[in-house]
Parts: sequence; structure tokens; C-alpha cells
Amino acid sequence: MEEKKKNIHSHFGDIKINLPPHKRKVVLAGNPNVGKSVFFNALTGLYVDVSNYPGTTLDISYGKYNEDLIIDTPGVYGISSFNDEEKIARDVILEADLVINIVDAVHLERDLFLTQQIIDTGVPVVVVLNMLDEASAKGIYIDIDLLGDLLDVPIIKAVAVKGKGVEKVKNEYNRARVGKISSNELEMELTEMQKKVASKGEALLVLEGDKYIAEKHGIPIENKRDEIYLSRRKKINDIIGHVITHSDNKENFREKLSTLMLKESTGFPILFFVLYLMYKFIGDIVAQDIVGFTEETVMEGIYQPFIVNLFSKILNPDSMASFFLVGEYGVLTMAITYVFGLLLPLVLGFYLFLSFFEDSGYLPRLAVLTDRVLSRMGLNGRAVIPFILGLGCVTLATIVTRLLGSSRERKIAVFLLVLTIPCSAQLGVIIGMLSGLGAQYILLYVVTVFSILAISGTVLNRIIPGESTDLLIDIPPLRMPGIENIFKKTFNKSLAFIKEAFPIFVFGALLISIMEVTNFLTAVQDMFAPVTTGLLNLPKEAATAFVMGIIRRDFGAAGLTELNLDPMSTLVALITITLFVPCIATVLVMFKELSKKEGAIIWLTTFIVAFLAGGAVNKLTALFSKEATGIWFTIGLLIMAVILTGKILERKKGNLK
Amino acid sequence: MHLGEAKVGEILEIVSFPEGDVKSQGIRFGIDSGENIYVAQVFKNGPIVIRKSNQEIAIGRKLAEKIEVRKGR
Repeated sequence: MEEKKKNIHSHFGDIKINLPPHKRKVVLAGNPNVGKSVFFNALTGLYVDVSNYPGTTLDISYGKYNEDLIIDTPGVYGISSFNDEEKIARDVILEADLVINIVDAVHLERDLFLTQQIIDTGVPVVVVLNMLDEASAKGIYIDIDLLGDLLDVPIIKAVAVKGKGVEKVKNEYNRARVGKISSNELEMELTEMQKKVASKGEALLVLEGDKYIAEKHGIPIENKRDEIYLSRRKKINDIIGHVITHSDNKENFREKLSTLMLKESTGFPILFFVLYLMYKFIGDIVAQDIVGFTEETVMEGIYQPFIVNLFSKILNPDSMASFFLVGEYGVLTMAITYVFGLLLPLVLGFYLFLSFFEDSGYLPRLAVLTDRVLSRMGLNGRAVIPFILGLGCVTLATIVTRLLGSSRERKIAVFLLVLTIPCSAQLGVIIGMLSGLGAQYILLYVVTVFSILAISGTVLNRIIPGESTDLLIDIPPLRMPGIENIFKKTFNKSLAFIKEAFPIFVFGALLISIMEVTNFLTAVQDMFAPVTTGLLNLPKEAATAFVMGIIRRDFGAAGLTELNLDPMSTLVALITITLFVPCIATVLVMFKELSKKEGAIIWLTTFIVAFLAGGAVNKLTALFSKEATGIWFTIGLLIMAVILTGKILERKKGNLK
Repeated sequence: MHLGEAKVGEILEIVSFPEGDVKSQGIRFGIDSGENIYVAQVFKNGPIVIRKSNQEIAIGRKLAEKIEVRKGR
């Protein structure tokens, strides 16, 4: 596959992280959503280091417990190289001295596959059987002694959210031991293969067809994955048959809600309700009340006069230095106000929602709901995850597209992301400005952006050769997220936003100031006048906002708030800035994740599409003397365009190949 | 018949599952030939959600059409 060329693989030993001195590496592993973090936090306490795993968006956390180094891994269903998470888990587990494997008692059949795979690597394992309360509520009875005997590793009972078993894990993980290999055949094959590689774990992965490990030792790939997987599955199914007894149980509230979320007739209304809540919260409370306070009262009312006054005592107010620092586009005035007064509250608000989505298990349900629509654009439901994360930060989401199954899907998803998905800071400004306009304008904005999304997606699906992969995902149970975790995530991500955005804003502010004093800004404004005044019917000063938008779209959107625009011009400006070029950070990531050529094509296309779409909305709505009629006409036209593109470009079953 | 033709509430046995990475992923989830599954949700022209011992798995339409099934027990 393509990843091979990019050399994402890096062995744990080569990680550029200085691991502190330690006696042993103790690794926590498990499927997604099994409660690993509770044990990790309990073991490591407050002193945790987080490092980015090279070449991924993923962080690994590690800390110390007594003399041992405790390392967390991403949740996975197995260790191979299907995705970044698995590669990391694989690398870390292969280096482990001991593995604490957390399993979800409710989903034992799924979770034990990973358990057995880890046991097959020959590392000492202790299994923590978590969520036993949920299992018994569901009428699942597990013969724990027998389970331990069959796997031949110790089992510790736990209900982590209630703190049960946590102390026991701390005191007893040393009991971990090497378990029983899936089958005798595998045991023999492993012994044979182990002669050629460094460890039993590597031997297993080579036998399972892991090309990275095979390459490392220069031996041919020996793909027995299906056989090994099947024999492992058979063993697990046997174990399940012996240790689990079911009794009937009633659906509880969460399961009922889950069923409703996954039904067409109720799933979409629930989704719209959630989006409405998000809009109300961010549009009304954060964008109006909170930003009103932070931006106007605090920043413009108190901070700016203070700082301007302070500098007027040191610097000549007419000097260049004063203009750069505290002038109209000053680093200490504009940049600080935008980042802390305007954007930070909005970013915090968004990440609060996004963290809740992530931790509650709502995202996979969203993937199921949107699968059909996304399939028409050559994607599958999983693409909804980068799209939703894009509402937080498009740069991050661009990297997250790696979870998609093919490079074709990645190209489509990245293009649609950078074209149509506004990031949290930008969307916050947009929602704030839109909410003052009235329902009709909001509807036209939404319809325009979604039409462009649908049309571009359909077109890309038609012109990019190849075939996309299918949806195959596990739907975790709905869970009430831990408040502490939500706040921690929100805080960390918002901090990351400031770290990334602030330097760029300072740079942007300086650039705009330089352009202003050299009269270059006026020249740009005049040069773009045919587009800004002619095509978009905006004042020519709007060009400044677009110049800012090239640096960061949220910077551009914030620039629009300075202009005094009538409702229709506001709408046109917002549509244009939404579709406008991605910010510099995203462009750099795009170059790396796709190729420079593809990145450049995407950049240029978004530039053109943004002005064409803004211009089209401006011209179409102006066709009628009554603005309301123009709006409905444009909405109708857009919807027709979407339907027509769909019909004309539909991929018939016959030409799928 | 294939899984794409399934109706909500049916219990089906998987007869064959397409080869490749998707098969490995299926085995990890415990869905492969010979396994019985419950059809929990069917989206018209969209994905199918199946249930197997407390676990729900969503399968895209195109993949579902490649999975051969027959009436289960």
C-alpha cells in the first residue's frame, strides 16, 4: 500500500522520546472504549508525559509507577498495520516487558481476540476484566476462574468507573505471566520463525503477514494471517462457549436511545436536535454573550486603551514601532484581541461539544447515519469523523483522514475538508455574524455550503479513478462521558490552538501592518476591486480580510467583523470566506499528506470556487427586486443543481470498475 | 441471498465473507462464515447494522452485498 513509501513505520526503540530510566516497560492495551485511561491515571498519578508519536496525530502517554515505566497505547481491535493506532500499539507491545490488557466484560467475544493475539506474542499478560457491573446488568455471567485457566493468565475483576479493582491492579499486575498460544501448530511455527527474527512477537507478526517487521529482518512475507486469525477466533469462540452464560435482560435507557440514534426515522431528528443545541450554545451564548464580554468589554474596553496608553508613554504614537505594536493592525492590539477576546471562547465552546461527541460514542453512530450520503461522494461513513474534527481544526482533520481506507478517499476527503468545512474559530465568527441576520439568510448560507460540498463530492467521485472502501465498524455502547475527561480534552485542545494560532496571528498582523505602511494594501484592494466590488458587491476594504484569510481563514473571518455590511453583503462575504483557501498550517500538512502538486491544485481550486460561489449568490439574489424572492430563488436553484449533478454523474452499477 | 437483502429482525448465518483485509477485520469482530447474526437495522440503500452477542457492527451496503447469508437458526 501507499503507506509503505511514506515510511510511517518507526519502531518504538527509535522514538525521539527520552524515556526515563526504569526497570521494566509495563504496557496498557485494550480495545477502544474499555476504560484504559482510568487505570493509566491510577497507576501514573499526576506526573504523566505526553509525546507525539512520530508521523501521526497520535500521542502516547507514559508515566512511572514505582520502578516501572507505564505506557498507554491507543485502543485497537488487533495489532497489525491496518492503521496508525495499530502500528503504535504493535510497536509498543513488542517492546513490552509486561502487558496489562483491559477487556470489556460485555464485549468479551470481540475483546479476547486482542488478548489472545497479545498472548501469542509471548509477552507476560495480566487481564483486567472491566465493566463487570454492566455485564451482570445485561444478564451476562462469566466463569472467571475457568477463563483464567483457558487463557492461562491471571484475571483481575474490575469496575473502573466506580474504582473497583483499581488498587488490585496496582498491587497485582506483577502476577502477569506468559499465556497459552492459540494452537499447537502456531506454537511450532513460531518456534521455527523465531530463529530468523528477534523475538516471538516479531515471529508472530511476520507469520501474520506484517510487511514492516518482515522487511526489517529482510525475510519474505509469509502470509498465514487468515489461518492464524481463524484458529485464534475458533479458540476464543470455544472459550466464550464455556465461560459465558446468558440470561434474558431488558433494554435499558441507553440501549433504547442507541437504537433510536441508529434508526433512519429518529436518527436524523436527533442529529438535527444536537446540531441545533450546538448552534444555540455557540451562536447565542458563546458568540454573543461571552464574546461580547471578552471582546468588547474586556479587550476593546479595558485592555486596548490600557496598552495603547502605556505605549504612548514609551513610544511616539506616530512612529512606525508604535503602529506595528499598538496600531490598527498591531500585534498587541489586533492579534491579541482576535486570539483571546474573539477566538478562544469560541474554540473552547466547540471543543467542549467535540470532546463530548468523542467520549460518548456518538461519532460511530453518526458514521452509520451519514454512510449513504457519503458513499455518493466516494467516501464511507467513517469520513464523518475527519469532517466533525474539521469543525475543530481542519489541519488536524487533514491528518486524521489517514483512517480512511484508500488514497482515493483521502484525496476526496481532504479536498472537501479544506473547501467546505470551517474550523471552530472561523465557524464561531461566522455563526456570530449569521445569527444577527435572520432565518432566511442562515438557510441560504447552509444550503450554499452543503450544495458545494455535495456537488464537489459527486464530481470528485466521478473523476478520480479507483474504488473506495466499504464501511465496517464496531459501534461502541453509548456512555456518559466523564466530566473530568471532557474538560481535560477541551483544555488541552484549546491550549494547542493558542500555541498554533498565536504565532501565525502575530506574523499576520505584522504582514498586514507592513502592507498598510507601504501602501501595498491599498494597491491590493484596488487590484481586487473588480472581484470585491464588482463580483461580490462588497466594499473594496474587504480585500484586507481575504488577504488575512490566506494566512488563516479565521483571521479573515475576524477581519470581516470590522466591516459595516448590510445583511446580503455579510452573507456573501461569509460564504466566500468559508469556501476560501485553507490556512497556511493546513496547506503545509496537505503538501505532506498528499503531494505538493495535489495540494497546489486544491489550494487554487478553493480560491476560485470561493469567489465564484460568493459571486453567484450575489448575482442570483440580485435578480429580483425583492431580496426575499431572490433568496428563495437561489436556494431552489442550488438544490436543483445538486439533484441534477447527482443524476447526471451517478455511477451506474455497471461502470463501477 | 446476500446480506444486502436482509430485513430487520432476521437471524442469518454467514455463508461466505469477501477475502482480504476486510476478512481479517471481520474475524476480529467475530463475524465470519458459519457465524449467526441478528439484523438490527437496515438503511434503504445504506448500511446494515448487525448484532452479535451484545455487539453491534455496521456494514456498508456494497460490502453487505458481497456477504452471502442464509436463514440462521
